[in-house]
Amino acid sequence: MNDIIVKLLWTLLGLFIVLNWGLLMGATMRKIVARVAHRYGIPFYQPWLDLIKLYSNRSSISHGVMFYLGPVFRLGGGLGIFLFLPLIYGSEHFSNFSWAGDLILILYFQFFGMLGMALGASDGGHPNSVIGITRGLGQFTTVEVPLTLAVISIALQYNTLSISEIVAAQQGGFQNWTLVTNPLATAAAMLSLLGLFREAPFNLVKAPNEVPIGPPTEYHSAFLGILRTNGALLHVVEAALFMNLFFGGATHWVEFIVKTFLVYFWSVFVGVVSPRFRIEQSVTWFLKIPLAIGILAVILYI
Amino acid sequence: MSDNTKNIEEKKDKFLAEENKKRIVTGPDGVQFEVDPLQDYFCDKRPVAKDPKNKVIENFLNWARAESLWVLGFGTGCGNIEIPPLLTPRFDAFRYGIQMRPTPRQSSVLIISGYLAVKTLKRAIRSYEQMQNPKYVLALGSCTINGGMYYDSYNTINRLDYYLPVDVYVAGCMPRPEALLSGFNKLKERIKAGRAEGANDYANKFDWYKANQKKIIKDWNMPDYNW
Repeated sequence: MNDIIVKLLWTLLGLFIVLNWGLLMGATMRKIVARVAHRYGIPFYQPWLDLIKLYSNRSSISHGVMFYLGPVFRLGGGLGIFLFLPLIYGSEHFSNFSWAGDLILILYFQFFGMLGMALGASDGGHPNSVIGITRGLGQFTTVEVPLTLAVISIALQYNTLSISEIVAAQQGGFQNWTLVTNPLATAAAMLSLLGLFREAPFNLVKAPNEVPIGPPTEYHSAFLGILRTNGALLHVVEAALFMNLFFGGATHWVEFIVKTFLVYFWSVFVGVVSPRFRIEQSVTWFLKIPLAIGILAVILYI
Repeated sequence: MSDNTKNIEEKKDKFLAEENKKRIVTGPDGVQFEVDPLQDYFCDKRPVAKDPKNKVIENFLNWARAESLWVLGFGTGCGNIEIPPLLTPRFDAFRYGIQMRPTPRQSSVLIISGYLAVKTLKRAIRSYEQMQNPKYVLALGSCTINGGMYYDSYNTINRLDYYLPVDVYVAGCMPRPEALLSGFNKLKERIKAGRAEGANDYANKFDWYKANQKKIIKDWNMPDYNW
């Protein structure tokens, strides 16, 4: 009994670190984008202020139960990935609740939040929300295909579905990383990561000047605060998932921070030099080269 | 039904947009039901003033609110041309916590940029009412103060604060982006001092504002409070 409480407290500490790192990383990326546009950009503490402001708005409007639950499901998806993801390899405290089949569970949680959001946004009654979520789900489904193929390829390669074991197999130096041992799966996954992080060219779903910002059009005050909290959390845990699967995991927090930063930076790097795809363009893009690479990666290990 | 109410009903019907009229709709499963958009799609509950409670906490929150101003991208008059330079490299308002939001639900600042035609006033009111408390109005240009060069126009309003509670006026025709930035700084000072309670003023003096608005908007065809 005592053990589980201690573990829970360590997990909460991990959550605190990951959340704050997510907010800081988001601000840093926005500053990088601003510098590319010859601006100074937001102060690094802006995300915290935005969150305080959103949570402290004096009024908020509900459009029914599902509207309430949409952001909660989204946060549930983000927290679900966090809970089952080992953050630091070999650390007793920051392995969270990872277990034998966590890879499958995490893939499921990625979709869980999107579906909750779809139900909530359509309850808002705003036609733009519905269009946005339709586009979002359409794109996300095609993003998941190469990613899932890459995950199947890795599972076949290491013969396990446990992230901890996959990280363990990559220890002992650069040459043991999946990046080197299975470059095709890495390529397919890194291309689908561009869609997962939804920076340009795949940011039509949340772009402010398309159908106003898509799914969260009607969300405001604390609802939007939850969505933003989840956004910060999700950026880190997704990056940490890729770090664990392809780049050898992390053995301490500094390595964790550097690697998650670089994984996120890859999508921003592509984003700042790319124009925006329309939704049918991005769907067909994911179903061409990334899908082909993904299938090839699976065939090689069957 | 007395003649008077009948007249009002007829007048209301005359201005009611086609999509806002009562009608019978057949659902996808073949069931017919009546839709009254004014009742079903809008809420005409009065706004309620929510006064700050704890002074210390409120000071902290006001500081956060002042440093995180989300501006509704709503171009009303010619003054809107001053806003793009504000966000691009030359003036870069992001440095001061000023960000644009595309939807009124998420914004806290409404910029009335220049003259306001009666037709636009209607949209500005709707946008303002959809914003969440606390919310601020920044009026840009002489037109919002006394009508400016449109003072005798048949179709523009002269003084904005009859219709919406204005926090800060930026005078000029047109004010440069520097003036707008200084207006934002004034707004921040007001918020931090706890004096920017426009949303509560609007709720407290709701009847006065509505009377003024209805005096100028002849074809009033929406609920009184349409959040």
